[in-house]
Amino acid sequence: MRSGTVHALVGENGAGKSTLMKILYGMQKPDEGTIAIHGEQVAFGDPGEAIARGIGMVHQHFMLADNLTVLENVVLGCEKAYGIGGRARARIKEISDAYGLGVRPDALVEDLGVADRQRVEILKVLYRGARILILDEPTAVLVPQEVDALFENLRGLKSEGLTVIFISHKLGEVLSVADAITVIRRGTTVGDADPKSTTAKQLAELMVGSELPSPETRESTVTTEPMLTVEGLRLSETDSDGVERTVLDEIGFTIHKGEVLGIAGVEGNGQAELVEAVMGMRTLNAGVLTLDGRDISRVPTRARREDGIGYIPEDRHRHGLLLEAPLWENRILGHVTERPNSRGFLIDPAAARRDTERIVADYDVRTPGIEVTAASLSGGNQQKLIVGREMSHLPKLLIAAHPTRGVDVGAQAQIWDQIRAARHEGLAVLLISADLDELIGLSDTLRVMYRGRLVADADPATITPEELGSAMTGAAAGHLEHEPAAAGTAVPKQAQPEEAAAETAGGEDR
Amino acid sequence: MKKFDKDRALLGLAAPVLAVLGALIVTGLVLLASGKEPFHAFHVMMTYGSKSDSQVYILNKATPYYLSGLAVAIGFRMNLFNIGVDGQYRLAAFFAAAVGGSMSIPGFIQIPIIILTAMVVGAAWAAIAGVLKVTRGVSEVISTIMLNSIAGIVIGYFLQDGRLGVTDKLASTVTTKPIPSGSHLFNFTTQTDPVVGFIVFAGLAGVLYWFVLSRTRFGFDLRSVGRSESAAQASGVSVKKMVIVSMLISGAMAGLVGMSTLLNQSYQFSTDFPAGIGFTGIAVALLGRNNPIGIAIGALLWAFLERASNGLEFEGYDKEIVGVIQGAIVLAVVIAYELVRRYGLTRQQRQVGAELAAAGSVDKQEVTA
Repeated sequence: MRSGTVHALVGENGAGKSTLMKILYGMQKPDEGTIAIHGEQVAFGDPGEAIARGIGMVHQHFMLADNLTVLENVVLGCEKAYGIGGRARARIKEISDAYGLGVRPDALVEDLGVADRQRVEILKVLYRGARILILDEPTAVLVPQEVDALFENLRGLKSEGLTVIFISHKLGEVLSVADAITVIRRGTTVGDADPKSTTAKQLAELMVGSELPSPETRESTVTTEPMLTVEGLRLSETDSDGVERTVLDEIGFTIHKGEVLGIAGVEGNGQAELVEAVMGMRTLNAGVLTLDGRDISRVPTRARREDGIGYIPEDRHRHGLLLEAPLWENRILGHVTERPNSRGFLIDPAAARRDTERIVADYDVRTPGIEVTAASLSGGNQQKLIVGREMSHLPKLLIAAHPTRGVDVGAQAQIWDQIRAARHEGLAVLLISADLDELIGLSDTLRVMYRGRLVADADPATITPEELGSAMTGAAAGHLEHEPAAAGTAVPKQAQPEEAAAETAGGEDR
Repeated sequence: MKKFDKDRALLGLAAPVLAVLGALIVTGLVLLASGKEPFHAFHVMMTYGSKSDSQVYILNKATPYYLSGLAVAIGFRMNLFNIGVDGQYRLAAFFAAAVGGSMSIPGFIQIPIIILTAMVVGAAWAAIAGVLKVTRGVSEVISTIMLNSIAGIVIGYFLQDGRLGVTDKLASTVTTKPIPSGSHLFNFTTQTDPVVGFIVFAGLAGVLYWFVLSRTRFGFDLRSVGRSESAAQASGVSVKKMVIVSMLISGAMAGLVGMSTLLNQSYQFSTDFPAGIGFTGIAVALLGRNNPIGIAIGALLWAFLERASNGLEFEGYDKEIVGVIQGAIVLAVVIAYELVRRYGLTRQQRQVGAELAAAGSVDKQEVTA
């Protein structure tokens, strides 16, 4: 890759993107092959050496200390460069102004939004003198407007002669920001693409290695029988300063059998708490939850799961898996009281193992066996295992929080298909996602969550991601009507051109 | 698949073997530094420790160590650090002795009553720490340490003439009333000293520990909490309930620790009742990787080292050298396990990657074909 460009790296999960980046950043050693920077061959033993060579990495999960200021976070671990006082502050200002990052050195990180935190991460890397920036799925947590701002920043960096390596699953974004694209699949480079002459569909096919099935119109499976009814839900929590804060207020909605209800919203507006409330992991302050005609407001989590709530958690490492346990034990997790995992009070390892083999085969979990630990699988395969596990118990209601986050195109389509197929059988789905294309493409009904309230609703057949995005920032309330005048390019959903549909990698209407 | 498992078993053995070797090297260096010849010292330990009366001594010592190790391991399996086994077993043995001394009914009824009393007292004492943790967020490390100290004071208060103790005129000590001979537990006679009969119960406890943890739903829940509290909660385990239940079980197991001494050897509780076994249990559980067989090996090793220290004393060595060995083993164990664990994880990740790459290239050929 040339200096002064944005080079995108795309590929399926488990294709080796993260491994490649780890090698570049000195976290892992290559068995063979060389890396050259400015024509000079280098080998890194640890990230420190990579940083010294001007390589910086912005991780997908931010590595910031919430209770410190931006200045403190930036100088942390790099105190020698410009000290920790006025000189450091001046340097931060200088970098911030030069690249238009707009970072305030004395703000507390916990007060910053996701986009601001990301800019702090970028600044942190630049502060350490990086000339080559690696961004690992930087747009996964941003709303469209924030993505645009990020791309502005990237173009600023580029014009200053810095090189950016950009990892993403969202092919539309890749095409709009990258100067060059490299596609990798199963550990090898399968091709380079020129963003000017490539379409998202071609790129997706290159990634998956086969032609994508063409989108087809879908029929509604929504019935009139309510599956989950939420009324007057209120939840408050006491933060570390002892101040009581309302995180969910007056939440009310109904999901019918065969319906997918999508909740849009910038992360941290109460979606996680809503999921935990429905799962029974938090005690409600007020409100009634009715599942299939039965009041479950006071029922413990285990009984709710036995009743037929499936759960694809937002953070699979924290809530979905036992990382150091073998796959078959992870298959039992969450369904320990149900067959085939147990008989009476005893668990049945033989049956659980057999069923794990079945899930691995049916859901295309790529693993050499079921005795390996969950931690050794790639993120997408872990997710496939979770989806397989939850679907195996034929849930009545599926809570899917970011079901395809960090999952490659192939697996994404597969997970969507499974959700659609189950919906056809009468499954109700509560879908929470930051991927607006996914939300619009999958949902039958859309609600927008802002500061713990459901402030707006929209019809997924007509709304555009941009309109939804602005409602998510609290700019609009009530029923969102699509205005053709405001967005002239928008077209009715059923007649969307192939390219636009393929932008989400075939995610819609299949 | 078979090979995979064999490799894993090898890795599992590597840590304790490395730890013991490392500890021996450290001890050898200490001996050299003090101007003594290390190999001769090790030789003395081996020969003295393997004599037949030593063997009996080791088995009798290892019995309480094993139970103590199990009690600690139950907590470890769900990330609870029950340091309070020491107080729990002493208090349990004391009240069990008091109950046993005050009754005179047939042994087949009285012995179970004594054992049950010990388990209930141990469980109740441990439950205090569990309840404090769940309701007030008090770290069980702090509360159990304090409860150890309080247990000592409680025993001191009740072990007085006129309360639950009687003064032994000859030895001028205060003890509980001796348990009637009808309620003494059976022993296994050998050519030298007898082996305590309670060792059978210790073995049963080990089997029960394995069965409950790896074969029951409850055990699965408990291990899930230990591996990831958040994932366990999301899976439907009530973590708070689990903390209390596991503290109860750990305490009940701790209650058994003093029983081999009480029912097979001393038949009464006095001020010289063995103390500190709860802390030995922590080392033994660490050494045994919370595995019932591993803990048994750890308990035997510990008892062997203690026995061998006597032999060293006869030969003019300082018996404290055994303390150095034991300390070095615990340190080495913690380090070796972490090293082996990390190595195993990265190795597995590499294996998974390699096998998938191989599978991938096969796939690709199929596509092109």
